[in-house]
Amino acid sequence: MSDRAAKRRPQFRNINVWQLINYRLPLAGQLSILHRISGAMLFLMLPTVILPLFAMSFTSEQGFMALGVVTGMIITKLVLLLLLWGFLHHFCAGIRYLALDLHHGLDKHSAKKSAGVVFGVSLGLTLVFGLKLFGVF
Amino acid sequence: MGSPERIGAKRLVVGAHYGIGDFMIQRVSAVILAIYTVVLFVGILMMPGFTYQAWRGVFTFGIGGFPLGQLLATLAFFSLGWHAYIGVRDIWMDYVKPTGIRLALQVLTVLWLVGSVVYFVVILWGA
Repeated sequence: MSDRAAKRRPQFRNINVWQLINYRLPLAGQLSILHRISGAMLFLMLPTVILPLFAMSFTSEQGFMALGVVTGMIITKLVLLLLLWGFLHHFCAGIRYLALDLHHGLDKHSAKKSAGVVFGVSLGLTLVFGLKLFGVF
Repeated sequence: MGSPERIGAKRLVVGAHYGIGDFMIQRVSAVILAIYTVVLFVGILMMPGFTYQAWRGVFTFGIGGFPLGQLLATLAFFSLGWHAYIGVRDIWMDYVKPTGIRLALQVLTVLWLVGSVVYFVVILWGA
């Protein structure tokens, strides 16, 4: 009776790249993989984007002034927006993990709720800082 | 299903130090980085105006000639390097199985991060 239903259910064992497209992760799972992706992104951007911009702003007054020109370009703004989201997601999700490590909110319901809170806060802050970045206020 | 405290009670753990050291360092460095983020954020909010001098001051403030700002930034950056090393190493350990490729990627990761830390220290303490 349940055999036929069981057969139609997709099986995910040793998941491969192509299966990932059809695999629906729970909210906390999406948060988790984005935590990893954002961390990897910050790692890659550290000496290629973050430190060069910091060096420019910090080493000389001319560089600090020129930074205004660089960040005026739309491509820089988009990279900074991505960086901003990556940092905020990693930061907020990281605080949630620290709480989980202390055994706060481990049950299914509160874990899902806290994942939702992390998405809300990190995306909300990205929006606020993003609007600032694009000069809306 | 047992309580969370009982997870691992019957788990067979093998190895020299069970990864507990790395686990703790990743979390302690995370806390240090979170605290330093707040320090930076408050420092930026307290800038009298968005000028070059004020921006430098966020990282170079001192107390009676003691370079507290630079010291905190340097310690935070060391934490960042170590934190990122453990995280990126975990990624290689999860997805890259051939030992040779994994070793090569881990070596590149260390070089990438040590280079970043040195770069940051040179920017911060130089000139």
